[in-house]
Amino acid sequence: MHIFTALITGIIFGIGLILSGMTNPAKVTGFLDLAGRWDPSLGLVMGGATLVGLFASRWATGRKQSLTGAVMRVPSATQIDRRLVLGGLTFGVGWGLAGYCPGPALASLASGGAKPLVFVAAMVVGMIVFEALERMSTRRKQTA
Amino acid sequence: MLIDWINFTPWASLAGGILIGLAAAIFLLFNGRIAGISGILGGLLQRSAGDMAWRIAFVLGLVGAPFVYGIFAPLPSVQVDAGTATLVVAGLLVGIGTRYGSGCTSGHGVCGLSRGSVRSLVATIAFMTAGFVTVFIVRHVLG
Repeated sequence: MHIFTALITGIIFGIGLILSGMTNPAKVTGFLDLAGRWDPSLGLVMGGATLVGLFASRWATGRKQSLTGAVMRVPSATQIDRRLVLGGLTFGVGWGLAGYCPGPALASLASGGAKPLVFVAAMVVGMIVFEALERMSTRRKQTA
Repeated sequence: MLIDWINFTPWASLAGGILIGLAAAIFLLFNGRIAGISGILGGLLQRSAGDMAWRIAFVLGLVGAPFVYGIFAPLPSVQVDAGTATLVVAGLLVGIGTRYGSGCTSGHGVCGLSRGSVRSLVATIAFMTAGFVTVFIVRHVLG
C-alpha cells in the first residue's frame, strides 16, 4: 500500500513540476534573475504548493499514525546550525548554475536528452561523496 | 525591476504548484512522511536503509511522470543553457549541498514552509539567496 502511494505521489509530483515550468532550467534561472527580465512564475509554484501543504500539515499536527497506519515521521529537528546554512548555500549555487534542483532533474531524465542525465549523474555522485565523508567523520569521532 | 511578461505563466505555474502540494499532502496523509526529493533519493544511497521499496517507487513515479503527462498533453519545450562542465559542477554542488543541509526546494521549500518550520525557512532563504547571487554573477558580472 505504501509503495503504491509513494508511486502515485511521485507521478503527481512530477506532473506538477512539468506543468509548473520547473523542469525548464531557463525558466528557473529566469526566476532567479532579479536584475534582468524577471519571470515571477516560480513564486506561484511555491505559493500554490505551500498553501495546499498548509492543510496537510495542520491535519498531521499531533497525529501518531497516517490514514493507513504508518508511523508519522515528520522531522523534529529545530536547531539552526552551520550544516543547514552551508548546505543550503551550496545547493543554491548549484541550482543557480544549472537551473535544476533534484525533483525537476529526475522528472526530466526520461524526456530531456543528455543534459539532465549528466546533471543527475553528478548529483548522485555528490550524494555518494557526502555519505562517504559522513562515514569518515563518524569513524574519526569514534576513534578520537 | 523588469517583469518578463512574455514568459510569465501564472495559471500553469499555480496549477502545477497545487499539484505538487497535493502530492506532498498525499504522501503525508498516507505514508506519514515529508515528500523531500533529496532525502528520498539520498536514502537510497545509504544502503543501510530497510525502506528501499517505497523510495524506489517514488523515484520511479517521478522519472515516469513525463510519460503520464504525455498522455494528456504534449510535453512543454525546455531550454538548458548550461554546458556539460557547468552541469557536472552544479550537480555535485546540489548533491552535496542538499544532503549536508538536509533538504532541497521540496523538503525545506514546500513541505518545511507549510509546516511553519523556522529551520526550513532559514534553509530556504539560504538557497534562494545563493541562487539569486549565482545567477546575478553569471549573467551580469561575468556574462
